[in-house]
Amino acid sequence: MIRSDFRVMLVDLSARKTHIETLPGRETYLGGSGLAAMLFEKYGDPAAAYSDPRQPLIFAIGPLTGYYPLMSKTVCGFLSPYHGQYAESHAGGRSALALRFADMDALVVVGRASVPCVLSIGTQHMEIKDAPFLWGKDVFTTGKMVRRMFSGSGHRSILRIGPAGENGCAYACINVDTYRHFGRLGSGAVMGAKNLKAIAIVGDGSFPLPEGKTYARDFQEVYTQLTETSMMSKYHDLGTAGNVAALNELKSLPWRNLQATTDPERINGISGEKFAKDMLLRNTACSGCPVGCIHIGYLREKFMADNRYLYRQVAYDYEPIFALGSMLGMGDGFGVLGLMDCVEREGLDCMSGGVALAWATEALEKGLITEAETLTPLAFGEAAGYKAAIRHLGAGTNEFYRLLAQGTLKAARHYKGEDFACVLGQEMAGYATGETFFVSESLSFRHSHLDSSAYSADQKKQDKDAAKIVAGFVQDEASRCVLTSMVGCLFARGVYTEERMKTALISLGYQGVAENLTAAGEAIQKLRWRLRLRSGYDPLAARIPKRYTEIVTWKGPIDTVYMEELRQAYAARLLALGREESAGADG
Amino acid sequence: MKTFFAARMDRCIGCQSCSLACARLVHKRLSWETAGIRIGSSGGISTGFEARVCLACDPPPCAAVCPTGSITPRKKDGGIKQDRKLCIRCGKCVKACPVDAIAVDELHNPYICLHCGRCVPFCPHNCLELAEKSAADLIQEEVEE
Repeated sequence: MIRSDFRVMLVDLSARKTHIETLPGRETYLGGSGLAAMLFEKYGDPAAAYSDPRQPLIFAIGPLTGYYPLMSKTVCGFLSPYHGQYAESHAGGRSALALRFADMDALVVVGRASVPCVLSIGTQHMEIKDAPFLWGKDVFTTGKMVRRMFSGSGHRSILRIGPAGENGCAYACINVDTYRHFGRLGSGAVMGAKNLKAIAIVGDGSFPLPEGKTYARDFQEVYTQLTETSMMSKYHDLGTAGNVAALNELKSLPWRNLQATTDPERINGISGEKFAKDMLLRNTACSGCPVGCIHIGYLREKFMADNRYLYRQVAYDYEPIFALGSMLGMGDGFGVLGLMDCVEREGLDCMSGGVALAWATEALEKGLITEAETLTPLAFGEAAGYKAAIRHLGAGTNEFYRLLAQGTLKAARHYKGEDFACVLGQEMAGYATGETFFVSESLSFRHSHLDSSAYSADQKKQDKDAAKIVAGFVQDEASRCVLTSMVGCLFARGVYTEERMKTALISLGYQGVAENLTAAGEAIQKLRWRLRLRSGYDPLAARIPKRYTEIVTWKGPIDTVYMEELRQAYAARLLALGREESAGADG
Repeated sequence: MKTFFAARMDRCIGCQSCSLACARLVHKRLSWETAGIRIGSSGGISTGFEARVCLACDPPPCAAVCPTGSITPRKKDGGIKQDRKLCIRCGKCVKACPVDAIAVDELHNPYICLHCGRCVPFCPHNCLELAEKSAADLIQEEVEE
């Protein structure tokens, strides 16, 4: 519903009670990223552990959610088990519209249930069902059982964790509606620490729309731009997987734990074109998005003699193809789909899981660890060993896997393999594009390739002007803060310019929000950095592992002097952005 | 008389743009529920999607049980007309529909497809069709370029 205040459902799992809070601050915090940060500041404790029952798990949507196409993302705010600091992760599926139609701007879960449970919420209900029988179940089985436990097919969103989240893996994800995820930085372990196996958000409400023709006209303009121009076609066509061959060609695709940046042979088995030709079964979409960027691959597996087969449907994208494909030396797309399926079952973040196993493979090659640790042979290009290792990672079978599940760098420190740990703040995203990206991902707020356009900038010729690049990072982040507070899909950032967002807000009656949009974006950016610094982040201490200085991209070898200059300049700027005295004033 | 068909649902990607368009344009609501067409998975998203929508029964059983004349049959080709002013929200139409195609809101107002076709242009995969019953293209074999 269109309202100036935030309507927040606060669920306390310890007390098994809920409160509806009405909180002011729309013009300052907007929604999404801004609202999640506001709520973490209110309910979270930056000094306590992520597993402290008081810590909030926040899901926030924005003022445009559901009212416009591609305004279909939810922001999850939490204290990350990965680095013990405030973090954000974003997901689509039906979660955002389900929250909208359940009539809440945010859901905040605090406390810890006495036994494993499932939470269901909607406009007219809040129910916590004990579900110890679901503990230990994989993501897919859990989804199927929760579907049976509650009604509302099609008009709800089901969030759940797998064994990785239960076992405190620092990069356990929250699976959303089977094919989407709050992937990075371990929100799944926060759910696990709360004994919360799944959340069903039932979108059973119905709300009036603004009177007059302005809203209808604005909607149609955006919809036409999204569907009748070529702006979004690449996301639907090959999808993000279309970048796999392009980055390999540019010597920017990490292969075999970043021992190489291109592989002229294996690329043919895992390119987006290969996936589309041989493996693509169909597309699916987030609710409210006609683009349909989700690509579902088809995997047929023989499980018994006499031609007994089963089939699986696995969502693929650029990042999982990188992390579970090229990074593990895999040249067979079907093999990659098999690994993606295993990662999904365990409820692991695919990027961190793949990069962690790539490190383990090289550590095994170098003799820093043995099969006594890995429990299974690990070799680049060999899927069977990786399947077993993924299960160990989710289950935390032995001390090695429990340590690796806390982050590659933690295991690398213990086993002396830090130089080749492909960690840029967290396990890297799939862009060995150069200095700009390595610095951006190492230091940026989400340690995500989506924090800035650095990987794109690296693919063009640019001046090595650290001050200018850092100013670009900061400006880019502020502008993305606005879009992720609405909450729009970042794929639509070309359509949703700030002017377009202002028009959209005004059509819904948010005149004041529209007028304050740019300033609010900058303020949200600073608030997020304050929360990050309060919870212990020191950007000056972030280091880029040696492996990143050894690679060759299309531009040639890495310029380590420039990379270090850029790292220091960006770190200093982040400290300034997060200074406490900058609250409410220019920093 | 033109009739609406969810003709090619095996192409559906579950974006729900049709439901949202019906709610927005026909009923002036933002909702998944208050729409003449509703999209759900047929048993989890991995199994594809199905439309819950009026199949243009002829004669329509929902109209037959409506005690006030709020719902009446169209002149021909099945389907119904609706006069909301006459509705007493008794819910008989909902129970009479054999395919669960009538949704109700929290005030028990019924929402039924009026075969107007306003949702059709919002489908990115051309799953939906408004056509004469005899001319409806229910299976399209050719690849669209």
